[in-house]
Amino acid sequence: MAQDTSTTTATAPGGGGHPLARYLVVRAGITVLLLFGVTLTTFILTNLIPADPVQAVLGEQAAANPEIVAAYRERAGLDDPLPVQYFTYLSNVLQGDLGTSQQTRQPVADELGRAAPATIELALAAIVVSAVLGIGLGLWAALKRRTIIDQVIRLVSTVGISIPLFWLALVVYYVFFFQLGIFPGSGRLSPTLTPPPDVTGLYTVDSLLAGDLPAFWDALSHLVLPASVLGLYTVGLLTRFARSAVLEILDQDYVRAARAKGLPARTVVTRYVLRGSLVPIITVLGMAFGSLLSGTVLVEIIFSWNGIGQYSYAAATRLDLPAIMGVGLVVGMVYIGLNFIVDLLYGLIDPRVRVS
Amino acid sequence: MTGDGGLHIRSLRVVIGRDAGTTILHGIDLDVPRGQVTGLAGESGSGKTITGMSVMGLLPTTARASGQILFEGTDLLTLSARQLNAYRGARIAMVFQDPTASLHPMLSIGGQLTDHYRSHTGASKREAKDRAVEMLTKVQVPEPEIALHKYPHQFSGGQLQRVAIAGALMCGPSVLIADEPTTALDVTVQAELLRLLRGLCDDLGLAVLLITHDLGVMSSLADRIAVMKDGRIVELGDRYQVITAPQDPYTRSLIDALPAADGASAGGRCADGADAARLPGSEGSV
Repeated sequence: MAQDTSTTTATAPGGGGHPLARYLVVRAGITVLLLFGVTLTTFILTNLIPADPVQAVLGEQAAANPEIVAAYRERAGLDDPLPVQYFTYLSNVLQGDLGTSQQTRQPVADELGRAAPATIELALAAIVVSAVLGIGLGLWAALKRRTIIDQVIRLVSTVGISIPLFWLALVVYYVFFFQLGIFPGSGRLSPTLTPPPDVTGLYTVDSLLAGDLPAFWDALSHLVLPASVLGLYTVGLLTRFARSAVLEILDQDYVRAARAKGLPARTVVTRYVLRGSLVPIITVLGMAFGSLLSGTVLVEIIFSWNGIGQYSYAAATRLDLPAIMGVGLVVGMVYIGLNFIVDLLYGLIDPRVRVS
Repeated sequence: MTGDGGLHIRSLRVVIGRDAGTTILHGIDLDVPRGQVTGLAGESGSGKTITGMSVMGLLPTTARASGQILFEGTDLLTLSARQLNAYRGARIAMVFQDPTASLHPMLSIGGQLTDHYRSHTGASKREAKDRAVEMLTKVQVPEPEIALHKYPHQFSGGQLQRVAIAGALMCGPSVLIADEPTTALDVTVQAELLRLLRGLCDDLGLAVLLITHDLGVMSSLADRIAVMKDGRIVELGDRYQVITAPQDPYTRSLIDALPAADGASAGGRCADGADAARLPGSEGSV
């Protein structure tokens, strides 16, 4: 396959738009199928749980009255056969209707839309900082292998991976907010400030867009503790993977050849070593982002962060089925989108992927 | 003698490992003059590759080298890595054994041919590209303009080694170290590449240090041959003399080990000029 396409790539230098376009179409098709799978899975799972949503919604007293229960079941379509219920759900989803929260009587789509920016801001801050730190530390440790620097970095990364999130969150909250008071410990913005005009929904970005520096610093300082707690595990994980990936590449002939070409050490590291180790690093980064999202549930609750994590916790404890399914769908979409981005990055990094 | 653009290795000793360590090279003396191919032969582990790596400053971090490696009046062993960068890739270049491993699979040929040229000469992108096309033409890579936009996996092994040689020649070096340059390639491609290397050596007046375990390759290309065993040079002389009348018993055993050396029915090697049995008569053909 690789040899066959050499002529087509030769006539279209720079990667060739044609195979890439075909690749995108195929990937989009797969994505649609995956999304169907996600809706089906969340639907089945929510129907499998051995709890009666009717009880949870109506309360004990009303649930004792069979007439009320029957009326409710009829209105919510709970008496239809499961496949019918699923297709009703699916056609609603396709129209952007994720149902109405049984708890708040608000459309789930609207509530998720309000909660999403908070989680996006938190997760992005955590992943960007931990990617920079993790890759940087891993690279540094590999370049200084078997020195004291390497030992220290490895120790720190092991600690980062081993500390349980709930414990770390509580300790950080207690020490840095409660005892030292260096950073705010709850919410996204001090109550005395008004949120910046909504453009992206990310307070840091919106306040900068509005030129409101005090709000920007306030939003940023609110991000520090939850994002650090959320990102620490990822830093540890990435450091370890980046270190071993870089060590493997350092041993490659092409790195030796780059040195033999008399290139400055910095160029050898950034252009030859880092580029070569980026594929495994990106893979781990994608997976780490997924596990980071599940960490948001705990972090958002402890730091009173009004995002999807908090919303999903509330929905799950109150057995708010439409809300639970909405969260499942959104998280599934995020995962699928993430994998798509990672695959695209592979193609950008490694020309051999583009062909196949 | 030391300012002629050739390479002169004096009592080179290399020790690897902590504390006392293991001595890999026990004091090597070797001259690599311009316009000649100097062969360094020996089995694996004899120290021939370490000799090449010492010149390029590519020894493992636990290795210590002593002695002198003189080039244009400078002892390369006394230079820091940064100072050495002014020489390696520019005045002294190297070609590695397996071109599919020594070229970065994710960087374009053009990028890999020009990055060191630009960093050594300060040339513009345009100038570097022109130079790369010129060099690819010199090593007979077809359609050099298009080749610049390709990636290593789009070439055959033989073509890729030509590309690697072009990269080594970019800055106009006077010394070329070729470490088993044809070992990873099949025999017919080997012969073409050896002819190319010989031609480059003669045309550009390169001082070539050819490192190989293959006496067949050696006899078809080298002007002088040094035979190494256990970190020492056991025999050194011109090709004809070393191959036909080896003084050292180890050299004799190496030659006897060649499948083609006993003459009779050596059909194994078809590459012309690479057949050790036809050695004495093949001088004119290289």
